[in-house]
Amino acid sequence: MALLDVRDLRVSFDTDDGTVYAVQGMSFSVEPGQTLGIVGESGSGKSVSTQAIMGLAPGATVTGEALLEGADLLTMSEDELRHIRGRTVSLIFQDPLTSLHPLYRVGAQIAEVMETHAQMNRKAALERAVELLGLVGIPEPKKRVRDYPHQFSGGMRQRVMIAMALALEPKLIIADEPTTALDVTVQAQILELLGRMRKDFQTAVILITHDLGIVADVADDVVIMYGGRPMERADVRAAFIEPHHPYTQGLLQSIPSYSGRMGRLLPIKGYPPSLMRQIQACPFAPRCPQAHDECLVAPPPLKPVGTSPGHLSACVLPSDAVGLPAHDAQATPAEAAVGGVEP
Amino acid sequence: MSTSTQGDLAVDATDAQVLLEVDDVVKHFPVRSGALIDRTHAQVRAVDGVSFSLKVGETLGLVGESGCGKSTLARLITALHPVTSGHVRFRGQDITALNRRQMRPIRKSVQMVFQDPYGSLNPRRRVGSILSDPFSVHEKMSRAEVKRQVQELMARVGLSPEHFNRFPSEFSGGQRQRIGIARALALRPDLIVCDEPVSALDVSIQAQIINLLEDLQDEFMLTYVFIAHDLSVVRHVSDRIAVMYLGKLVETGPVEEIYSNSRHPYTASLLSAVPVADQAFRTARRERVILTGDVPSPVNPPSGCRFHPRCPKAQAICATEEPPLEHKTGDPIGHLTACHFPVNPGETLANASRDAVPAPEAAVGATEGVDQ
Repeated sequence: MALLDVRDLRVSFDTDDGTVYAVQGMSFSVEPGQTLGIVGESGSGKSVSTQAIMGLAPGATVTGEALLEGADLLTMSEDELRHIRGRTVSLIFQDPLTSLHPLYRVGAQIAEVMETHAQMNRKAALERAVELLGLVGIPEPKKRVRDYPHQFSGGMRQRVMIAMALALEPKLIIADEPTTALDVTVQAQILELLGRMRKDFQTAVILITHDLGIVADVADDVVIMYGGRPMERADVRAAFIEPHHPYTQGLLQSIPSYSGRMGRLLPIKGYPPSLMRQIQACPFAPRCPQAHDECLVAPPPLKPVGTSPGHLSACVLPSDAVGLPAHDAQATPAEAAVGGVEP
Repeated sequence: MSTSTQGDLAVDATDAQVLLEVDDVVKHFPVRSGALIDRTHAQVRAVDGVSFSLKVGETLGLVGESGCGKSTLARLITALHPVTSGHVRFRGQDITALNRRQMRPIRKSVQMVFQDPYGSLNPRRRVGSILSDPFSVHEKMSRAEVKRQVQELMARVGLSPEHFNRFPSEFSGGQRQRIGIARALALRPDLIVCDEPVSALDVSIQAQIINLLEDLQDEFMLTYVFIAHDLSVVRHVSDRIAVMYLGKLVETGPVEEIYSNSRHPYTASLLSAVPVADQAFRTARRERVILTGDVPSPVNPPSGCRFHPRCPKAQAICATEEPPLEHKTGDPIGHLTACHFPVNPGETLANASRDAVPAPEAAVGATEGVDQ
């Protein structure tokens, strides 16, 4: 059974300017011990989805189902949800400075989680906090446990957050852009740490990011979101080598190639959709180079595509139409030659 | 032993094609404290002796992590900050010595595109009015002529000229960055310093802006200094790369050379740390080096080589003697590295040991022996 199974999640917010339809039919599932990447651009609804599930989207209208080990999170009371957050599911956010209380020592903040949720006494909880800080690679944990958040660097603060998330050995960690605020070399440290923790504790991870590179690096499966809906789901290898959905293909062709210059980039034309109206068609259709008439009738459901099991795409194109068009064909030989020569 | 760089730089400088020359530029910001008596008790050494030159039509990619001084360097080039010492020469003229009046023609030729298209546009002014500014400050034009110029400019950067009367908030992030580019382009500059121009944008929009910048470069013979922390983007747009660490240039050279044959351990680790989606590259990629620790504070940078506390190859000499930015034997002209023990081709940094200390002479000898 899936650890978390989200079905047809819809989240909307009523604002002074009208209703914002942030998530419009999101479905995904996470198996125990699996790392699922959720990728999307700003406004695609990737963060709101998980926040709504965990009861952290105040003022939102949420419908659908979110089954955590069979129990629907969306029908739970605030008390029940609070019990699950921290115990079964932990969250790590982008900015560790705003997620930590500036006036409490980090040790006390980590210990508090265990005192509240695991009925540990202060002394045992503090000892465990020292242990956890050591585990996530903070030097001199005995001393640092008495420091305040501002005395830590960005990378170290994110380590503290991970220590806190691991405190009760949750079954699922939701990490929302955990390394976006960090430098590349520090990001590499944190991703390596997350990977190691996941292996040691058998924790499932939902990693929300805009960076396809991070997903390629650490995730098992990936869901690509656009306009509040899932466009494609696949294991990481299939998603990058045999993408089916034109949006996924567009995204991959927008990134400058790392293995060499390839002439011009192929951007996706146009701009993301407005969230002020409900989607009646494929949200990507207005920007899609291969849009058909039927794309405008109703949003296509996820269907199995390609050759690898579990590869799903919400697109009407034939299910064997996977893979990127050859990139080199786009750059004329002359262009390619100019790219390699210094002016 | 390695040959000196000073010769190479001097040759570059006399070249008629050289547009910008940055010569041993230093910028220190004082750290002040005290309520009544203002006391300076420390210096943030943001940029600490950086030299390079830039030819017409070239793109220099400036990379480094936060706090390495790349944005400060950008502001020194555009004369938005005065330098503490050193010289910035634009077309041979030392702009650090100019007064405001003398600077005016230079300001037309040197422009900047900022990272945050939200923060760099006045939200209460219409786009037409924002884009008219360069013309009304620098040119004597009738209002009708200015409007015509602005609309032409908007069309050139892919904005609809009818949106002349809109406010910045009515545009999306990508469109706002186009406004920022239009503003920089207005007076037909020679040099545009782009400080993280696509970092705030989504990938699909990012590619549009990169293509636009490249088209404009070809059309107007622009020279770019391109600052970005995304190393794939930098690789795509740049002809040459300069890598900064804590206020110093640690390595510079032609783009392919830096990416395929980086000699400085910091460059090598930085490149290996980038998560890459490109599957062809992932399979071909060398080992991954994960540096320990964080970037130290520029207030009190480490002695000797500033990278030595994190360097997998550091030896005793690295803590005491600062390595010069110089040409290493076997590298092509223009590839300069500031390191006592540069990375050899094929060497695995992950296995490098700080403790197994080879004699410095032996290490240099090994470098020389390798044919590249």
